[in-house]
Amino acid sequence: MRHQFDVQIGAVGFRIGSAWPGPLDALADLYRGYPAPEGGIADFTVRLEPEKPWRRFLRPSVAIRGDYVLPDAAPLPLALGLLAAEMGMNLQMALGQKNWLLLHAASVEKDGRALILTGESGAGKSTLAALLGERGWRLMGDEFALLDLESGMLLPFPRAVSLKNKAIAVMEAEAEAARFGPRLAGTPKGDIRHLRPNREAVERMGEGARPALILFPRFGAEAAVRAVGQAETFMRLTQASTNYVALGEPGFTALTRLVRAVPALAIDYPDTATALGLVEDFRQELAA
Amino acid sequence: MADPVYIADCGAVRSVPLDGLTVVYHVSSGMTHIVAPPAPEILDALGAGPADAAELLRRLGARFAFEGGEVIHARLNELEAAGLVRRA
Repeated sequence: MRHQFDVQIGAVGFRIGSAWPGPLDALADLYRGYPAPEGGIADFTVRLEPEKPWRRFLRPSVAIRGDYVLPDAAPLPLALGLLAAEMGMNLQMALGQKNWLLLHAASVEKDGRALILTGESGAGKSTLAALLGERGWRLMGDEFALLDLESGMLLPFPRAVSLKNKAIAVMEAEAEAARFGPRLAGTPKGDIRHLRPNREAVERMGEGARPALILFPRFGAEAAVRAVGQAETFMRLTQASTNYVALGEPGFTALTRLVRAVPALAIDYPDTATALGLVEDFRQELAA
Repeated sequence: MADPVYIADCGAVRSVPLDGLTVVYHVSSGMTHIVAPPAPEILDALGAGPADAAELLRRLGARFAFEGGEVIHARLNELEAAGLVRRA
């Protein structure tokens, strides 16, 4: 690869190689302040390559490659190279991670207690976690929660938060401009803008936390809170996990232990202020 | 025709109760099943050795107020389809 960028995110080291400098410049800007992988050794490699050799010059489009490849990892216009790099990093994590049970979930921590927020795409977990991360909680991650198979601790994976559509303006009002990446218009998911987690999230990226509450948020409905039973929580988390099946028995053990130890709530919320209020109530109950 | 005798490979199954249900991990297939009573109790009763439906009813009846003469065939068929029990 002609160009290369190495970055450590939580416990995972990435090497991103690219045929073009543009996506890597944007990535280096977005991950300013993050360390390089320990010992210079990356766990995963992501390669951004031209679909065909000549496409590097002629209407270039980016194809994502790496240690683990999905056949339909779509080529994107070069202007979306940053998005391609982020998608590639997600893909490598989702397909290749064997050390932890990987949950497609956001997580935040306060007073040593971690909240896991999971749900369908569009449920608002990413935005909620990003907001909490600016309001006194530590953002552990907006996309993947890593559950340690042995200790049951949740490990941070504070990559850049991927803000979509309306969430962009919400966070632009919260965080300083220097932490945002370029606005990527017209992606398959609409407009996207990345936000670098704040200094605390980056500095404490090696520090895990004990899971204390699992939330299934759903945006758009009247405010409501419902306790979710252990069996339903288990089932929903197997669906939210990208590697539960691949892990086999250790994954089963870790997940049953989690759902037996940690309460789960489904929350409906009409606006983010309501959701933040509910989370604060939960925090006080957990601390009591 | 004699009633079939069923076997559960209990060494290859891990069960964890979650509220009223039980999640069962089948080591041989790598599959996870969520089962409701009396399926976990049937698997447990088969742990004492292969049994036909009548023997199973006797074992279950000794431990629970179990009146499942007809139900037991349906549950055994489901457990067999899931690969958690097989016929001897």
